[in-house]
Amino acid sequence: MRRRAAEDRIHDFLEVDLGMTEEDAVSEANRCIGCKKPLCIHGCPVQIDIPAFIARVAEGDFIGAAEKIKEQNMLPAICGRVCPQETQCESTCILSKKGEAIPIGQLERLVADIERKRGPKLPDIGKPTGKNVAVVGSGPAGLTASAELAKEGHHVTLYESLHMPGGVLTYGIPAFRLPKDIVNFEILQVLSLGVELRTNHFIGRSLHVHELLRYDAVVLATGAGLPYFMDIEGENLNGVFSANEFLTRINLMHADEFPTYDTPVLKGKNVVVVGGGNVAMDAARVARRLGGEVTLVYRRREEDLPARLAEVHHAQEEGISFVFCAAPIRILGEKSLTGIECIRMRMDILDDSGRPNPIPIEGSLFTIEADVVIGAVGQGPNPVLLREIEGLTLGKSGNVVTLETGETSLPHVFAAGDAATGAATVILAMGTGKRAAQTVNQRLKGGSG
Amino acid sequence: MYPIMKNQEIAEDVHEIWVKAPHIARNAQPGQFVIIRTNETGERVPLTISRVVGSTIRIIFMKVGKTTHALAAIPETGYIEDIVGPLGKPSEIAYYGTVAIVGGGVGIASTPYLAKALKAAENRVVGILGARTAGLLILENEMADICDELHIGTDDGSKGYHGFAVDLLRTLINTEPVHAVWIIGQTIMMKVTSEATREMGIKTFVSLNPIMVDGTGMCGACRCTVDGKTKFACVDGPDFDAHTVDFDTLMQRQQMYHELELESFEAWKAAEGEKP
Ligand SMILES: Cc1cc2nc3c(=O)[nH]c(=O)nc-3n(C[C@H](O)[C@H](O)[C@H](O)COP(=O)(O)OP(=O)(O)OC[C@H]3O[C@@H](n4cnc5c(N)ncnc54)[C@H](O)[C@@H]3O)c2cc1C
Ligand SMILES: Cc1cc2nc3c(=O)[nH]c(=O)nc-3n(C[C@H](O)[C@H](O)[C@H](O)COP(=O)(O)OP(=O)(O)OC[C@H]3O[C@@H](n4cnc5c(N)ncnc54)[C@H](O)[C@@H]3O)c2cc1C
Ligand code: FES
Repeated sequence: MRRRAAEDRIHDFLEVDLGMTEEDAVSEANRCIGCKKPLCIHGCPVQIDIPAFIARVAEGDFIGAAEKIKEQNMLPAICGRVCPQETQCESTCILSKKGEAIPIGQLERLVADIERKRGPKLPDIGKPTGKNVAVVGSGPAGLTASAELAKEGHHVTLYESLHMPGGVLTYGIPAFRLPKDIVNFEILQVLSLGVELRTNHFIGRSLHVHELLRYDAVVLATGAGLPYFMDIEGENLNGVFSANEFLTRINLMHADEFPTYDTPVLKGKNVVVVGGGNVAMDAARVARRLGGEVTLVYRRREEDLPARLAEVHHAQEEGISFVFCAAPIRILGEKSLTGIECIRMRMDILDDSGRPNPIPIEGSLFTIEADVVIGAVGQGPNPVLLREIEGLTLGKSGNVVTLETGETSLPHVFAAGDAATGAATVILAMGTGKRAAQTVNQRLKGGSG
Repeated sequence: MYPIMKNQEIAEDVHEIWVKAPHIARNAQPGQFVIIRTNETGERVPLTISRVVGSTIRIIFMKVGKTTHALAAIPETGYIEDIVGPLGKPSEIAYYGTVAIVGGGVGIASTPYLAKALKAAENRVVGILGARTAGLLILENEMADICDELHIGTDDGSKGYHGFAVDLLRTLINTEPVHAVWIIGQTIMMKVTSEATREMGIKTFVSLNPIMVDGTGMCGACRCTVDGKTKFACVDGPDFDAHTVDFDTLMQRQQMYHELELESFEAWKAAEGEKP
């Protein structure tokens, strides 16, 4: 993969990955052996017809390839950049058994970029049905559901509490992984289908639940934005952030451009990030770009890191130090923080997911110097709206319990994305968003409402 | 873009503005707030909803730094880029009996809306307003119209009682039974004033004002320690039981960006100075 040199890219927020050339794409696509029973499709949560799009790439028909993808996936330029292909389509590619899988994600990204530059053609929109649907939350789940419903001719009102749409795509994932002009472009595509976007509306407050339920159908796509804290001493000291706050200050509020932009952020000299997922990698790499020496503390082993492999490599290249098998015990400092005390962990037997259970080793305390600590230890569904909807069944982690169809315990209410599944991935959010929209459409067109 | 219908200085460095925001006016209740962003480069800043008339809402604020100065400088034909709300839980309006509402400084902004609702719930409402000096006293007439009884105090004695609001509150609770108290003002004022009611066990609410970003429970910037637990003021509050709030941590967290805020304000003043 072509990417910018680490010593250049740690000074800015421009995209790291430079993508593939057209020539390389064609030659990679020609390696595809066109399996009779393609396993890659099963590895894709939205079942893109991967062999068909690759065949078009092989012929140099990039636009045709992009259109093929778009039959299943409205946001290919985003998915090509952020999907964990190595555990999805590429992991089931038969070639990966003997050598290298086809770089499906890179091909997706390239054809989507080419199509975007040419100006994509809009899908046909069905006759107006006179039905009104409210979609709450404008992340990938809400955007996908809105697009699907608008194509069927329903009037969609898409509500978003922030001043910008996009959910995590806008406020969470940094621009060096997902440039914001690409996100904005793909959002505009969805809006151009006639979806009515209302930002600055916090549903449950700006619109009460009983008002929301007056729509013919409601799709809840409010995500999993509630940050969990570590629940350790010192967590309220100045300089301790949730990853959500830290990333929002940068991605949504442009604190990296302070004071041109008004929102400040504390730029640590020594930053410690706690966690091992995509969110932790993003926080660490952002802190690095603000000029900090960054250490990432993770309680299990390197091979257990849940983040995308590419992000871990990129973080290592950018000079982020990793401390594995350690967990924070308390954050030190008086007014401002001075460090974080950790304890070493030994790895016990594997759990169901194949990851070891970490157990603290007595007497193994150590301290890492820090003036900023960022916790990226998971997040749950934002409870504010969900708990106010009477009769809506919630699961243990506060997620909306749904059937595979997106149906909830209430007849006109559907749910999709992280709000239903708990924190997951962009493509799963889109997949569930699409599925919920299909169910809504069947209901509304079936006439029973 | 949301139009500013009215913008005027009502006391030294204190402005009242009316914003047309039907999506907020429809469901707003006392105790709730909005978050505004003045323009594309602006910060998200929380301000209490101080009154609602039709589809417009009133906010009253003190010019302290960059955003509040910029907001005060928007002309009456101007706009603000974004306003979201109503945010936060409404104040617990109920029948208590006699209720005292103590407003300090610009915190008085929140009191008439609250007083009116408590009055409508058939409470006897006693207002106590305190300011540093007479020139900084706001909304006195509005409160006088709503409250059954109104006490005024100034730190320098330039109007009403010479001293702090907490003394007026002490006198009140020592002369008659008071069943609930709201205290709204600067954090230090709320900390000190709420001590007056602790011993008698009078239910006392304070409205906390930590630094916020989204205001919807997604970042934790606004976390406060209440009753030993972490609470997000933007969704669990901003009203909390005064006697369980860790005010010291709140005050420390409010100072987090002090130096950067000054830098931002200086840059703004310099840019304003260059304007023709
Ligand atoms: C930092 C970070 C990095 C990530 N990296 C990756 C990655 O590389 N690859 C990957 O596949 N996944 C990644 N993920 C996960 C992925 O982003 C999420 O799974 C996905 O965004 C979920 O989509 P969603 O539409 O369900 O919710 P979200 O994207 O969370 O959007 C929900 C939206 O709803 C709004 N909302 C919430 N409540 C209300 C309300 N009451 N009224 C109005 N609006 C409301 C929110 O403001 C938000 O905009 C990452 C997540 C984070 C936080
Ligand atoms: C729920 C709530 C309601 C409020 N209601 C009012 C009101 O009705 N009238 C009023 O005058 N003030 C109110 N405030 C305080 C107001 O938000 C701050 O005065 C304002 O943010 C200052 O911005 P600035 O750029 O002018 O000043 P700055 O120089 O940036 O900051 C001055 C001080 O304001 C506080 N502050 C700064 N940024 C924020 C932020 N993003 N969120 C919260 N506080 C911040 C800090 O403690 C800081 O020390 C309220 C705060 C909260 C949390
Ligand atoms: S302001 Fe972000 S959680 Fe309260």
